[in-house]
Amino acid sequence: MQFSFSDEQRTLQTSMRTFLEHECTPHQVRALWESDTGRSKERWSRLAEMGLLGVLVPERQGGLGMDEIDLVLLLEETGRAALPEPVLDTAAVGVPLLAGLEGSSLADGWLRRVPAGDAILAVGHRANAFVADAHVADLLLMQHDDELHAVPRPRVHVERQACNDPSRRLFSVKWSPASDTRVARGVEAKRLLAGALDRGALGAAAQLLGVGQQLVDLAVRYATQREQFGRPIGSFQAVKHMLANVAVRLEFARPVVYRAAFSVARDVATRAVDVSHAKVAAAEAAAQAARVALQVHGAMGYTCEVDLHIWMKRAWALRLAWGSTPWHRERVARAVLDGIDDD
Amino acid sequence: MDLTYTPKQDAFRREAREWLAAHVPKQKLASMDTGEGFAQHRVWERTLNEGRWAMVPWPVEYGGRGADLIEWLIFEEEYYRAQAPGRVNQNGIFLLGPTLMEFGTPAQKARYLPRMACGDEIWAQGWSEPNAGSDMAAIRASARLDGDHYVLNGQKTWCSRAAFADWIFGIFRTDPASERHRGLTFILVPLNAPGVRVRPVPQLDGETGFAEVFFDDVRVPAENRLGEEGQGWKVAMATAGFERGLMLRSPARFQATARRLIALYRREKAAADPVLRDAVVRAWMDAEAYALNTYWTASRLIAGGTIGAEASLNKIFWSEMDVRMHETALGLLGPHAELTADAPANADRDGWLDGFLFSLAGPIYAGTNEIQRNVIAERLLRLPRD
Repeated sequence: MQFSFSDEQRTLQTSMRTFLEHECTPHQVRALWESDTGRSKERWSRLAEMGLLGVLVPERQGGLGMDEIDLVLLLEETGRAALPEPVLDTAAVGVPLLAGLEGSSLADGWLRRVPAGDAILAVGHRANAFVADAHVADLLLMQHDDELHAVPRPRVHVERQACNDPSRRLFSVKWSPASDTRVARGVEAKRLLAGALDRGALGAAAQLLGVGQQLVDLAVRYATQREQFGRPIGSFQAVKHMLANVAVRLEFARPVVYRAAFSVARDVATRAVDVSHAKVAAAEAAAQAARVALQVHGAMGYTCEVDLHIWMKRAWALRLAWGSTPWHRERVARAVLDGIDDD
Repeated sequence: MDLTYTPKQDAFRREAREWLAAHVPKQKLASMDTGEGFAQHRVWERTLNEGRWAMVPWPVEYGGRGADLIEWLIFEEEYYRAQAPGRVNQNGIFLLGPTLMEFGTPAQKARYLPRMACGDEIWAQGWSEPNAGSDMAAIRASARLDGDHYVLNGQKTWCSRAAFADWIFGIFRTDPASERHRGLTFILVPLNAPGVRVRPVPQLDGETGFAEVFFDDVRVPAENRLGEEGQGWKVAMATAGFERGLMLRSPARFQATARRLIALYRREKAAADPVLRDAVVRAWMDAEAYALNTYWTASRLIAGGTIGAEASLNKIFWSEMDVRMHETALGLLGPHAELTADAPANADRDGWLDGFLFSLAGPIYAGTNEIQRNVIAERLLRLPRD
């Protein structure tokens, strides 16, 4: 029993944080809102150089051959920076889906391209109403009932759905399932899709932790600088106590998410419940952080001029991604209260 | 990261489980806040000590097993799984014990710890005074050095277990000219010393879990001082840290409550308000999160880390979780929730009402949750002081 990260895992986290502090500033996040794709090819290449995209890609295909325990802290950093790039669906969900297609030459080819930054993957899963980043994806991994299809970008038609978070790019995707796109069916597809759901929810939970922490940090900084009645507003108990409550929620969500990373990496029997618990805990903590950070900022926080809304809107978006809070809470309830194993 | 137990840890768990299965009293003990129940719980402490299970993390010489924090958590899980009696000497073993390890002289450790472990000396705590509650630095009870004795005067209040305990620990003002947290000294006092008067106070549940203690020229040897004279605040803060942190409220307690709550939900769900389903699953998730956080902290401490103001995060989480879990249980019990244990029609065999009343003390004792929020804001988040 050792519930902690290794020095190496912490070092990778620190490098990722430093990298994103320079390469994903609020100014850069805003700049992409107006661009055509909302995504940066240059930054995607640099993320590939950092090794982020190939963390879960096996070494024989040019990846790092690591697991979700290694990845979870890095995803947390992408949340802290409000990184808009499709890291979650490509590196945390798409890669293991392809890697699960054993003996598939198609999967092998795509897997080799991901670590170098030469392929973006999008995932169309029943847990999500829309497909994120379908417009920049090279390959779309699409659920069709109990089948999994790998569909190249030219064979889909996408329609953008404008979102509250200006960084988010969601699409309705039209495509025709065909025998040459089907890569898994029946039990195998079911297993892969269940894994995708848990990896997506785990990744979103990790990002929510980072988003929540950033919201608290911003609110603390603001409360320390902003003066009213001749003193910093952070010296008032009404402000202190709101922030302390968020600190408690985040503190107790964090180990739940890290445990879920272990459960996914080792595929333990309680994986689904552990992941759902993590998604609920992280989403609720981040939502509370958003609410409190806004209140601490007052009317300043209600503007688009202050950066706060970047993270608030990300928190609200991510809590819907890969299963909403009620959906995940009910999945825990079915297992824990009713003794029903959904998988 | 490895969240599986080692073969040694599994063996330790098995040993604890088997011993508890053979020794936990089959009949539930009377409340420890009654004279009869207090005596029964003292006997149980002796039994635990005979099996060397009284305080497994303590060194062997003081009656422990030198277990690490993970083994301690395993023991606690088994303890609550076995529905073993509450620890009547918790003020001693969980609070004063660790403080003695840190600040006590070798002679003090040898004098107090073994008798604490076997339940021969059961401890009460003497922090608060009528005018020193959340503002504990306002303490006025005094200790004047007279030769090789301290002479104590004043009053302590909300002294848990003092109605039946043998000893009390507390902080007293040794420097009459001092103010606030300076000039205080941590002193150990036998409750049968001449000049000590104990007035039990009935709590919300009607039982006398705490008492007022009056000191009228009480003489105690100077060797009963723990730590240096004038350093009482520092020693007391260490004790308070143990109270808020890992030892007193181990996760197994709340996981056991969550399991009982789930059983209650299964029994009552047909008639229950559907919103209670979410409350029950939240209780389970919270208890699980608390356990994970404890393992997370224990791993950090084993690796050489320390715990300071983080204990305040813990205290808020477990105390509020405990209230929510019991409120949920009362919701499930519906109209039966107001019946006491001796009501003929009471279907609650689990003591949820008493548990609810006890849970309400959680956000108040060991420093109110408002004080904890100040600590979090100022010491963890670094917000400006008032």
